[in-house]
Formats: sequence, structure tokens, C-alpha cells
Amino acid sequence: MDGTLRPALDVQRIRQDFPILSTKVHGKPLVFLDSGASAQKPRAVIDAMRAMFETSYANVHRGAYHLSEASTAAYEAAREAVARFLNARDAREVVFTSNSTAAINLVAHSYGRGVMKPGQAVVVSEMEHHANFVPWQMLAQSHGIALRIANVTDAGELDMADLEAKLADGKVGLVAVTHMSNVLGTVTPAARIAALAHAHGAKVLFDGSQAAVHRRVDMQALDADFYVFTGHKLYGPTGIGVLWGRLELLDAMPPFLGGGDMISEVTREGFRPAPVPAKFEAGTPPIVEAVGLHAAIDYVSAIGMEAIEAHERALVDHAMTKLSAIEDLTVIGRAQDRGGVFSFALGNAHAHDLSTLLDRVGIAVRAGRHCAEPLHVRIGHDSTCRASFGLYTTHEEVDFLAEALTSARRFFS
Amino acid sequence: MFDDLRDLYQEVILDHGRKPRNFRRLEAADLNARGDNPMCGDRMELFLDMEGDRIADASFQGRGCAISMASASLMTETVKGKTALEAREMAAKFREMAMTGACPECGGALEEEMERLQVLSGVHEFPSRVKCATLAWHTLNTALDGGKEASSE
Repeated sequence: MDGTLRPALDVQRIRQDFPILSTKVHGKPLVFLDSGASAQKPRAVIDAMRAMFETSYANVHRGAYHLSEASTAAYEAAREAVARFLNARDAREVVFTSNSTAAINLVAHSYGRGVMKPGQAVVVSEMEHHANFVPWQMLAQSHGIALRIANVTDAGELDMADLEAKLADGKVGLVAVTHMSNVLGTVTPAARIAALAHAHGAKVLFDGSQAAVHRRVDMQALDADFYVFTGHKLYGPTGIGVLWGRLELLDAMPPFLGGGDMISEVTREGFRPAPVPAKFEAGTPPIVEAVGLHAAIDYVSAIGMEAIEAHERALVDHAMTKLSAIEDLTVIGRAQDRGGVFSFALGNAHAHDLSTLLDRVGIAVRAGRHCAEPLHVRIGHDSTCRASFGLYTTHEEVDFLAEALTSARRFFS
Repeated sequence: MFDDLRDLYQEVILDHGRKPRNFRRLEAADLNARGDNPMCGDRMELFLDMEGDRIADASFQGRGCAISMASASLMTETVKGKTALEAREMAAKFREMAMTGACPECGGALEEEMERLQVLSGVHEFPSRVKCATLAWHTLNTALDGGKEASSE
């Protein structure tokens, strides 16, 4: 190796920030390779949430007393932090939801039923998580919107020609696709997708649940219309997600959930909704979770998304080399642009048996269909094992996974 | 590396998992039901030929992990020739065994059958895998009830 190269980030130092990484499983050091399902939390997040509970917690946007004002300021500061993280033009474009699923459902209800017209269509891809699949099926069933499914190539990439074909008749109102597959690791060409959608008169929503964790996402550079991600995969808490939407779109959309905080005026006869983002934040929001997400964003930003991406690229290359060398092991998907998510099948060993074996030596992987059943039908596997990386994943952990898989192959042969 | 898992994956289980017995359709089955474990993708279809109240033949098809395949395979072998009532009793005892690792009630009339099924009792130490072992038996109960769809969830 070139002696002038420095590691993109100091993994060993970062690991010190995550208390759970020092725990043991079945007496073995934890090798946590399920960050794609939910990432572990740095002390900074844990401390920020604890401090909020202990010193400045009250409901937001309500009381003219010190604690409520402090709480409101912290909640709105989190919104500003998300806006900077996404390079949004305006913090009002950031709507807090409970997770990505809630954010997509919000768009499916409010934009799908309130702005789109029966006879129009939504395009998703074959590699969507159920969260970006079922809400559109529900919209199709209830609102006369056709659901079109863009193909995935054998390499596991979005088939851009098929996407274009499905946009050709101009009936598509919205393209809703993943920015990074939670099964294949494929990173989709978001800016190209957005340009293609716009050229055919469609808006575009990206499910950034995976992508936002692994690289810098820039709303202005992507030219997206909607982008969603969730806090708990970004080293933040559960219970908070983000819908980013273009201000003019959010302004034109009817409210989704009704209740407190989302109104300007309520009379016996009716109500006037509040301006965005409050219009979409009915009820008491996830206040402490927003503060936790803010801390998580500060944490990854201090390390640098570029450094995180570089670290993960090196890990992905290393994992590809190691996993490819294991006899009978098939890595699903060979996308050119991919992040740190690997699904694989090992000979006749079933994914659940494999994950039980791996767990026994401390390795946590996910097994099953990873909330992407249509994709598993497409790739011809009932279920797969998935290893997904975080900024704390080391090359040694990848080596250990490869060693355990080699041993597991012998166990089941 | 995985020697301490030999209790769970005994040779009998690996063998039945690789080469499941009675792995075929019964085309004119009197009873059949599908079993589905939506979380992990285990799926099976169970076929029963009845002679009166007695299970004359039992078979299954499906895909799943070694535990679920072995459990279904062993089940079809052990319930063949049993009455519906006996089969249900075995299902209840098996469930107890899979969840707790023990079966104080397993002596008596069905002792020999339950002893054969004992190889699967190791799953009780793996809470997420218990349903892999019990799926076949849920499906059996559903089929005997005249139902079509069983789920281990």
C-alpha cells in the first residue's frame, strides 16, 4: 500500500463511540452486520436524548413557558440540521414523520389522493422495500391509479430503458424508487432518474432509507421532488423519519393526518390547515427523537459523509473479494455502483440456518426476504442472508464473516 | 467452529432436511392445507389421505430451512396410521417440546413417536427458530380442521 495514504476514518476510534459494540454474544465479540435493518447508536445520540429528558423536555409549539420554548427551539434546530444535511433550500421543506414508511404513506395519501388524478400512474421498481411498494398498491386499489413496476436487470440495476418505456405515455404522475436497494446494495442513478421523470412530466420520490446513511445526498443536485429517510438507520433513534419535499409541492398538498398542531384555525364548520411543515405534523411530534436525530447528523457530519463513503467503498471492495472466493456462495446483484449491503445464498444451506450458525459465533446478519418479496421472486431465491455495513464495520469483521461462511458450508455439506 | 450447534442440527435433522421423506403431492388428497411462515419465507403444502378417522397417508411439498423441512418430514412419518385425535395430541405435545425442550406428558400411548420427534427439541433454545419446527404441525391441525391456510405468525 502507498505509505502516503491515510485511512478515510479511524474505525477503532469510532467504535469506542458505540457502547453496544463492546458487548458479547454467546461469549463472542459482537460482529454487528445488520446496520441496514437498524444501526447502532453512538454515545452522542444517547447523551443528547438523555440530556433533553433530564433538562429541557416539554411539549413543543404550545406553552409560553421556558421549558416548552427550549423544547421547541431544540425541535426546530433539528429541522434546520436535517435541511443542511440534505442541502435543502428551505427548512420548511423538512417534515418530521415517524419513519420512512410513514413518510411514503404521507405522500401516497396526500399527493397520491389529493393531487394525482384517477387514470394517472405511479412507477416503482422491482427492488423496492415493501414500504415503497404497498402504499402505492393501496393507492392503486383505492384511487384508480395504475401501478407500473420498472424492471431490474440481471445485474441488479434499475433497467433505465424499461423505466423510460413505462414513462413514455405521459400518464405517470410520480416515480417512486429506491436510492439504494436494501437487498442488492445497488445505488440507483438518482439524478438521471429525476431528469427522466421530469422529462415525462412526472415527479420523483426517492426512498433514501439506505442511501442517506452511506453517502451525501443533496436535494438540489439530485433535483428530487420528494426524498425520505429514517433516523434509526442513520445512527439515530427509532420513531423519527423525514419527508423532504419541494415547498411548492408540499404547499399544494392537502393535509394527511388531522389533529392538533396542523391547523391555523378550527371552527364548528371546518378548519384551515397550518402552513408547511406543521400542516403535516399533526399531534405531538417525536421531540426527543428529533433531538437524537440532530445529534446523529452532527455525529456523521463531523466524521464527514465523504469519509464514511470512502470507508464503505473500501469495505465493499474487500467484501466482494472475500465473499467471491467462497465456494458455493452467490452474492445477489452485481451493480456497478453499490453500497455496503450484501445479500447472499450459500449452496443448499437455508438463510435461517445460516444466520443461526453465524449468530452462534457472534455475527448478526438478517435472514429472510428483507421486506422485499417481489424482488426475491425476481432473483429466484425464497430467502437470503444479508450482511450490511455501518461506519463502524471493520475489514476484520468482513474477514471473520468469510471465515464463518466457509465453515458453515462444511457444516451443511 | 459450530460444534456446539450439533444439538440443534443433529445428523437426523440434517439428513431429513437434505432428503425429506414423503416429499410428494397426493393428487387426490382428502385434506390439504398450506403453511406459511411469512417472516422467513418457509412454505409448505401438506396432503393427507384419510381412511375414516385415520391418516392413511401423509405427504408434503415446500421449501424452507433445514429445521422446517426436517420437522415436516418427520411429522409425515410419525402421523401416518394415527387417528386425527392422536395426531392432534402429538401436535400439542410437539409444540410443548419445541417451546420448552421438555415434554412431561410424552410418556404413554404415543411415547415411541414422541421419542422420534425429540431430535427437534433443541430448537427451544432458539426462540426465533421455534416456529420453523412448529409450522408443519400448525399446518396439520389446520388440515384436520378442514382449513386451507395456516400461518406460524
